Amino acid sequence: MEKTIITVVGKDTVGIIAAVCSYLAENHINILDISQTIVQDYFTMMMIVDTSALEKPFGEMAEELRAIGEEKIGVQIKCQKEEIFNQMHRI
Amino acid sequence: MINFGEVYETNAMIEKENLDVRTITMGISLLDCADPDLEALKQKIHDKIYDSAKDLVRVGEEISGEYGVPIVNKRISITPISLVAGAACRSVEDYVEVAKVLDRTAKEVGVNFLGGYSALVSKGMTPAEELFLHSIPEALAQTDVVCSSVNLGSTKTGLNMDAVRLMGSIIKETAERTKENDSCGCAKLVVFCNAPDDNPFMAGAFHGVTEADRIINVGVSGPGVVKTALEGIHGESFEVLCETVKKTAFKVTRVGQLVAREASRRLGVPFGIIDLSLAPTPAIGDSVADILCEMGLEYAGAPGTTAALALLNDQVKKGGVMASSYVGGLSGAFIPVSEDQGMINAVAAGALTLEKLEAMTCVCSVGLDMIAIPGKTKDTTIAGIIADEMAIGMINQKTTAVRVIPVIGKDVGEQAQFGGLLGYAPIMPVNPFSCDEFVNRKGRIPAPIHSFKN
Repeated sequence: MEKTIITVVGKDTVGIIAAVCSYLAENHINILDISQTIVQDYFTMMMIVDTSALEKPFGEMAEELRAIGEEKIGVQIKCQKEEIFNQMHRI
Repeated sequence: MINFGEVYETNAMIEKENLDVRTITMGISLLDCADPDLEALKQKIHDKIYDSAKDLVRVGEEISGEYGVPIVNKRISITPISLVAGAACRSVEDYVEVAKVLDRTAKEVGVNFLGGYSALVSKGMTPAEELFLHSIPEALAQTDVVCSSVNLGSTKTGLNMDAVRLMGSIIKETAERTKENDSCGCAKLVVFCNAPDDNPFMAGAFHGVTEADRIINVGVSGPGVVKTALEGIHGESFEVLCETVKKTAFKVTRVGQLVAREASRRLGVPFGIIDLSLAPTPAIGDSVADILCEMGLEYAGAPGTTAALALLNDQVKKGGVMASSYVGGLSGAFIPVSEDQGMINAVAAGALTLEKLEAMTCVCSVGLDMIAIPGKTKDTTIAGIIADEMAIGMINQKTTAVRVIPVIGKDVGEQAQFGGLLGYAPIMPVNPFSCDEFVNRKGRIPAPIHSFKN
């Protein structure tokens, strides 16, 4: 399993989760965990996904998601491999 | 499983507090390129560097993209050129030719800097090395990304005062050759006492002769992260202060460790060391001086500064050592003036002088760094400043360095502009009294005794 953390931050609007999830489904990315909250109209979501079945390079996926966020729904989407968080917060 | 708070904390460090990996530096041994024929030497140097480092920038960018952490620079360090080119170079122009090959190759592979236009003359100089030192001003004037360093002394050998005196003149000459750009050539030239073999930071990086054929060294950064962590603990005890710095240094270093391991794996080059230094940039909030202020000083340079810096430097090491098994290089806190907005402010306010900076270098890495001084400063005075700083390193068994920039045509009250990561600096006054007779003496200062520590 190759875990990736996707974070989505931006102004709340209809269809954010739908847009992100459709992209993930199209690219064979399995969602393992989602937590989502809204603070003062600001939408914040963190997803843990498995990218082991992804067929394109990681960088391409990250760029496409960033573009979907910026151009279609007006939110910031960031993809990072889980390891950076494990390294920093676990001994 | 990773939780929301942890992800938020990491990303806030990257996005708001300037957490970055300052550099992935590939060390490359050029010892096998030595050749008595200059043209053959140039070709071999080009080929070895190109073949070793052609994927460095791409891999650095890939890692940066996958983990979402900026890797600001990709750099190369090489075996000191005076060792490699001594047999082939018979004139200053020959050495400059080699420097141009280094510059061209570095640009071909796309790295930001290449360090190792260097000489190790801590005890004595060969005629080839002396010739090499004379080539430094021209080499730095004719290249863009080549950095030069010279080791002038060590705790074991004492100080080579003939080389110290010569470097006083070489620094001045380098300033003259690059005077159109505020003597920026001197920003790429540093002199050391006890230079480490595995330092990834510029201008002093070189690939020591004790190192393997190729190696990956990583320099972490993150003064902004430490500063932000300290914002929340005003009024707390020293214990809390130390604990906070230590934990933050741990987290920052772990990111460096991850990047180093990945770079090493993907490039098929062994991992060398992590350099734990807190390296500031001119960006607002990315300042070591600001950390000192956050600890409770009005400005860096106020009484208490040396103690605060000693504490910071030590805790950074204590936190970082836990995070990586191989720590090396200069590891500590850098206190360059031009690259740190807080330091610049302190100089502008009159809080920070050259003498206080010298005291600060006794307790931190590395030395008098990126300090602009009046262009009219005498060669012997620069040699005196170097000798003082080298003596601190020699006696205290630590690395010290001097990177001063005599800005030709400018004086106290004016500013020098270097641009980019090098920033800008107010020109600082230098003690006007003479040390001519002292530095003009020939020979060396003997190695110190290691007992009777007082």
